[in-house]
Amino acid sequence: MSDEYDLIIVGAGPAGLAAAVTASRNALKTLLVDEQADPGGQIYRSIERALPENRSALGPDYFYGQKLLEDFRGSGADYLPETTVWNVDRELNIGLLTNGQAKQIRGKHILLSAGAMERPVPIPGWTLPGVMGAAAADILFKSSDMLPAGPVVLAGSGPLLLLVACRLIDNDVPLAAMVETSSARDYLRAIPYLPGAFRAYNYLLKGLSMRYKVLKARIPVFQGCRDLVVTGDEEADGLRFTCHGADQHVRASTVLLHEGVVPNLQFSRLAGCDHEWFASQRYWRPVIDKWGRTSLEGISVAGDASGIRGAKTAEAAGHLAGLDAACRMKHISDAERDRLAAPYLKAVTRERSIRPFLDHLFPPACQALVPPDDQTIVCRCEELTAGQIREAVALGALDPGQVKGYTRCGMGPCQGRMCGLTLSEIIASSASLPIESVGQLRVRAPLKPLTINQLADLEIFE
Amino acid sequence: MLKRLHEDRPAATVTIEFEGEKLKVLAGETVVAAVMAAGAAFVRTSAVSGAHRAPYCQMGVCFECLMEIDGVPNRQACMIPVRDGMVVKRQYGAMELDYE
Repeated sequence: MSDEYDLIIVGAGPAGLAAAVTASRNALKTLLVDEQADPGGQIYRSIERALPENRSALGPDYFYGQKLLEDFRGSGADYLPETTVWNVDRELNIGLLTNGQAKQIRGKHILLSAGAMERPVPIPGWTLPGVMGAAAADILFKSSDMLPAGPVVLAGSGPLLLLVACRLIDNDVPLAAMVETSSARDYLRAIPYLPGAFRAYNYLLKGLSMRYKVLKARIPVFQGCRDLVVTGDEEADGLRFTCHGADQHVRASTVLLHEGVVPNLQFSRLAGCDHEWFASQRYWRPVIDKWGRTSLEGISVAGDASGIRGAKTAEAAGHLAGLDAACRMKHISDAERDRLAAPYLKAVTRERSIRPFLDHLFPPACQALVPPDDQTIVCRCEELTAGQIREAVALGALDPGQVKGYTRCGMGPCQGRMCGLTLSEIIASSASLPIESVGQLRVRAPLKPLTINQLADLEIFE
Repeated sequence: MLKRLHEDRPAATVTIEFEGEKLKVLAGETVVAAVMAAGAAFVRTSAVSGAHRAPYCQMGVCFECLMEIDGVPNRQACMIPVRDGMVVKRQYGAMELDYE
């Protein structure tokens, strides 16, 4: 590790890897830090040690990432795996914890490419062991060659729900049912966006082939489901819900929930970048230009951390951010940057064409946004319910930080990652305020656990 | 409950200790995946009600996988690969500060 880097990249998914490749190619001294042991992010998770047995199940979209990994390994960029970033500030300092040693380093430019997280799905019983996000099952498959033993019930909405259904079918895991919260009405709403989506027809074909696989495997599929409740005392034993007015109960030992993914904003919010509300998928995202530049000089964001657009867009955006950093540091001229950027800008436009269709087809379910049942736990760490949050709002707490002060919501180990979005949604709905004016919980360092000893031994590189 | 998809594939094994029991697990697995594949239904208890908890996200976000690893509490067991000789314990409730 060197004292000063031209570019420090946080997150080794497609955006971060691509940025490292392009920045190094343009002679920037680059460091990529990542929390995982292997590069690839969640989408290409553990790709360098993928098992031959899982080759066909992982599929070509996964192995597409191999080229990017090879380019990265040959790029000459420094790489720190198993390293957590616990601080980022507007002076371009980054706090790291690597091998038990805390360090503070400074970059001339910082790229935040921390990807996405699954949108938490607060329904009654979601804290029971046996309940996970659908992406969590996919991660276990890629990183550890494991899946839930089953029977599994998959519930929610979004492309990943289908993908995980196929994973389970391919690996002979009993899939008791797919309980979809999206309905025929969402399909009708999405139709106007279908022509635009034909530019990225490969995604439509993939979606249809996944649907066909579920159909062929004769998995019971329920659509337009509401009032989801995970049943069980100490562990999940099934999912209860209503489907077109009829009560249903599906028995399963694992319940996988999914209502789409949302950007990981921990770093951009901590640094103090400006964010905007994206209404159709109901999440905040940093305000960026086409190069990924944020409102803060020297800090860029690329990939799903800037809004959910998928792996291919993330890769192109990473290249664009890398070129822009090189241009900012006068390694290439503006004209050179613009010339090299052309194919990536084109890719971004093409990949983006599928999004309006997907965003309308898979809106997050109302129940997951504002839990109607007062007993539903919203803050898993501190076990705060929707009812307790609504009580605080009734007492006059209209700011997420204020509700946190009243109730401890967001004060546990996850630091509001799991409850933050729901908290803002509940305040907005209870107080009839636009969510933009409610805002979000404040993010504070350290972002990840750090012992006092480690902090006391902090090495500072100026 | 998790299952290994290819139990008998040729892979390096490492031995970890979970709650006093030796487990032979496969290199490359995360700590939490390894103990769940060995049958652990929960890995910690809530600091508020004492309810059993198990990981929700498997990607370092939810902090439901907090375990004691090699004597250090509050480790995110979904982010840490297994290493030979690791001593892993469930984390019951909140951890206390150890003053000297």
